[in-house]
Formats: sequence, C-alpha cells, structure tokens
Amino acid sequence: MKRNAEVGLFTKSSEFENIEGRMKMEILVCVKRVPDSAENEIEVKADGSDIKRDDLVYSVNEWDNYAVEEAIQIVDRVGGSVTVVSIGNTEAEEVVRREMAMGAHQGLLLVDPAFEGSDGRGIAAILKAAVQKGKYDMVFTGAQADDGAAQIGGMLSALLDWPYASLVNKIEVQNGQTLKIGREIEGGNQEINEIEMPCVLSIQTGINEPRYVGIRGIRKVASVEIPVMNAASLGVDAAAVGKAGAGVKRVDYFVPPAGAGAEILQGSTAEIAATLLDLLKAKGGLK
Amino acid sequence: MAAQVFAFIVHKDGAADDSALELISAARSIFPDASPTAILTGAGAGLDAVCQAAAASYRQVWKFDQAALTYPNAELIRPLLLKVLPKGAVLLLPHNTFGMDLGPGLAVKMGVTFIPDVVGIDGLAGATLTVVRQEFNGQASTHLACNVSNGAVISVRSGSFRPEESRSAGGQVVDKSGEAAGLSARRRFVEVVQAEVGDVDITKEDVLVSVGRGFGDKENIPVAEELAQAMGAVVSCSRPIVDAKWLEKSRQVGTSGKTVKPKVYLALGISGSFQHMGGIKGNPFIVAVNKNPKAPIFQVANVGVVADVLEFVPELTEKIKEAK
Repeated sequence: MKRNAEVGLFTKSSEFENIEGRMKMEILVCVKRVPDSAENEIEVKADGSDIKRDDLVYSVNEWDNYAVEEAIQIVDRVGGSVTVVSIGNTEAEEVVRREMAMGAHQGLLLVDPAFEGSDGRGIAAILKAAVQKGKYDMVFTGAQADDGAAQIGGMLSALLDWPYASLVNKIEVQNGQTLKIGREIEGGNQEINEIEMPCVLSIQTGINEPRYVGIRGIRKVASVEIPVMNAASLGVDAAAVGKAGAGVKRVDYFVPPAGAGAEILQGSTAEIAATLLDLLKAKGGLK
Repeated sequence: MAAQVFAFIVHKDGAADDSALELISAARSIFPDASPTAILTGAGAGLDAVCQAAAASYRQVWKFDQAALTYPNAELIRPLLLKVLPKGAVLLLPHNTFGMDLGPGLAVKMGVTFIPDVVGIDGLAGATLTVVRQEFNGQASTHLACNVSNGAVISVRSGSFRPEESRSAGGQVVDKSGEAAGLSARRRFVEVVQAEVGDVDITKEDVLVSVGRGFGDKENIPVAEELAQAMGAVVSCSRPIVDAKWLEKSRQVGTSGKTVKPKVYLALGISGSFQHMGGIKGNPFIVAVNKNPKAPIFQVANVGVVADVLEFVPELTEKIKEAK
C-alpha cells in the first residue's frame, strides 16, 4: 500500500479528484444464491429434512445485491476493482455472473464437497482464506441472507482481526486509511462512525438503488472465465469446515403449530369486501 | 453442564431495553436454576441508574463505567468482554442492531458457538443445546443442535421470551470500571443522526393503511392512497417500499422505522417480518391482505384475506365509497 505517499504528493484541494482517482480500492463482496422469499411460498418437506426446493425461484440474496452496487459505486468514484465471491457450485456461478453483469470486475467461486454443511463460522473460515489470497481494502457482505442469522460479516472480521461494522447504510471514502460510515440503528436513526481499512462491512438494504441487469448485460459476461478455488488451493483445513466442523447443526425444518392466527375471510371478492367493510366500521377503522 | 450465564443489557437515556428482563427467562429456559449476571457498559449517572434498576432483577450486576463507553461501540465492548468473561461463559444478548454488531465476532474471538436470533429453547442435553430459529423471513422454522461445551454467545429475538417481572433479586452492583480502562478500537463513534421528520406523523394516527412489497410497483401506490382517503386514514409502509424509494422513510413502520400504535392496521401485501411487527404496539385490530397464504402476517392478524392486493383493494375502496 503506497497510498500514504501518494496522498502526500498532492496538497492543493483542486487536485483532490486526482488523489481520489489514485486510491484504487480493492473491494471483495461475498454473495449467496438464495430462494427469493418475496417470490416464493416456502413449504417444508413432509420428513422435515429440508424445504421443498424443486419449484423455487432463486436469486442473489437481496442484501448482497446492494453490497455489490455500493462497491461498484465506490470504485467508480475512487478507482480500484470489485471482486464478487460465492461459495457453491455451478448454480452459485449464475449469481456471480449476474453481479459481474452489474459491473463487478472479477468473480471467484469457492467449490469443494468439504464445504457442504458448514455453519456460519465454517463459511466465514472459507471466506477468510479467500480474502487472504487477495489484497483487499474492504470486504462487504449483505447484512443477512435467507437464514436471517446476520453473522458472516462479524465472524469474518474476527477471523481476519479487522474492524467491523454491521448494517451499513452509507459509505464515504475519506482518504486512503479511513472510511466514514453510517449504520442503521433503531428508529431509523443513523449512527456515524469512522472505521480504519482494511475492514469488513455488512451492508443494509436501501443504501443505494441497485442497477437493473438485462439479458444483454448477462450475455456480455457469459464467457468471462471465473476462477474456482477448493479447500486445498485456499489452504482451508477440510476438517474445520463442512458438517464435521460445525458447532451448529440443523436438526430439521418444521412448521410451527399455528397460533390463534387470522380468521381468513371466505367468499367472492365482493362478499369479502362487504364483510371487511362491516368489520372496519365496528373497529373504528372508518372516519 | 453448569455454566456461568451472563446477559448484556442494552440501555439508553438511563433506562434498560425491554430485552433486559426477557434475557432472564431465556437464560432459565436453558439452565432452570440460572442466576445470570448482568453486564452494563456506559458512563455517568445514566449508567448508575440503570445498574441500580437491573439489580432488582439480577442478583449480580457488573458495571463498566468509562467515558470511552458513553456510546455503546461494539468494537470497544468486544475486547472488554473477551477480557472479563470467564472460560465457558454463556452470554445472552438481544438480536438488535447492537447485538448483531457485537455477537458474531465475539463468539469467534471467544472460540465458542454463536447462536443467532433465537426465538425458542428446546432444552439442553449434555453439551448440546437445541434452539428454535426462523428462516426465509419467518416462513419456516428450524431446530438447531448447538455445541455449547466451551460456552456460547446467544442472541435472542425481542418478544420471544416472557419478561421476568418479579424484581425480587435484591442484587448488588459490582463496579468493574477499572478493567475497562484503556480500551481502543479501529472504529470510532462520531454521532447519531436522527431520522428525518416527514410531512405526516404516522405514530399519531388511529388508522393506518400500510403498503408492502405486494404492490409490485411504485405506480400502484395510488391504489392504497385511494383506500386510505376513502377510510380517512393515512398511508404507511414496510421497509422494502422505502428501500425502493416509493415512499418516504418517515412512513416506514418497524424496528428500523417508526413505532406506531393505531386502533386499526391494514397490512396490504406485507409479509409481516418480525422487524415490521416490532414497530406495531398497542394491540390494534389487524387486517392482512396477502396472496401468499403462508405469509407470517396471517399468524398475527385478526382477519385475513388471501388475495392479490391490486385486485382486492380497489374493490374494498369502492365498497367503502358506496357505503358513505
């Protein structure tokens, strides 16, 4: 990292743009392919071993998409490059390619049967190895994914011994060493922090407006080669990840016993609307 | 197995978060005889007040008072906890914006299992703790078997455990501030920027027509606005609507938005994530309209309509206009 010296060469504010252009931030964004829970009815298999996956629509985890967009916007401002990494097989490749079509410069796939059944810490350990194969200034994850655990970024930062901030909804590159970031906290308030690089940030939705990716964009990157690494090439101890290394193991999926739940109104649309009208009147819902 | 159990108490303006009392119940559903120790960090009179209050519910309260801890920066608190927690400790904390910041990294540094966003405890057998979590935005639940032989960090979803209200612990506050001297971190708290105030104050409204992802496109928002107008209500919304910039942040209901307490709440095309429901207080009459019969909103609503909002809402609006 020669950025210190480079910044020192320029002192006039008019040349700030030049300095920004020379920062060259290397950003790694970790993405996951997930069932799109906005588009799917999730059903549990009869034996509880999994959810029914056959007819599910999959996409990139929504939070990750914001993280990739943010990385691209930062690099557009200050220079550098964006790498998108995912753990998984050919299906994960689809997601990486989609994010490359958005504008990420490189992709990376981490594939090994030994990775299957990893818990959050296992996933973080695999990603840590990938981070250490590069020279990154920032690593982004989505704030959470389909399992809602919101854990990978924090675990990864601890393994790397880098500073961490979760739920980030604003990033300003201040200079070659620090970022000014906003964290979304309760009540919609924003907690402003300064954080040193390299760092790990988990990105909250709403930080930006992710760009649309069309078929043409995807075609453009269809033939770009995406490097693949396995446990051996990453230097990951296969026994420490995967099912064997997991401190947290999923026993089953189940549908919780329904509570009182809503009374579901039946009938034609007109009949339901009429019933609802009466209910709203009774409950003070009409003025 | 016996373990020392700790609860991290989040507090603000001299008052503890609701999770303070819920974590006691959570601890006891793991270890029935547990007498967890409360951990509080902060500075000055506000910290003293909340420590005294916590001592009514916790037999032991550890106080860490340092100017550097005035604002709860997880990057400072993590190394502090690493230093002061005994080997094998089980730490409970709330699954909120602070717990998410602190917990995962702390568990890794302690070399213990992290168990996030727990909504239920099935029990402890040997060193295996079985917990209940939710996945897919509340659409499926799962049991997890967790190895807690070395201890654990467990984040607990707000409202999942009954608050322990007895306040009969008669506990004592132990001042451990000296151990928190000289902390430093590579992330520094600067300030909190308050959420913007919008043109309407949804927290004061009796009837809310709340818009969710089911509306599909910004162009469809007037469908909800017409209903709200017919009802004499105000339009609010869920988080994805604000993320997509269809409505202003000031209209968002949820833990990351506004906390509302209406008499009647119409959840239209809203799945009903716990973050959204966390912003609805006062036990309103909830009507849910959603095309997905599995949507968690139907678990908490009083009345449900399984339908596409864009088909159903205009019909309802017409009926209400006719009735006037």
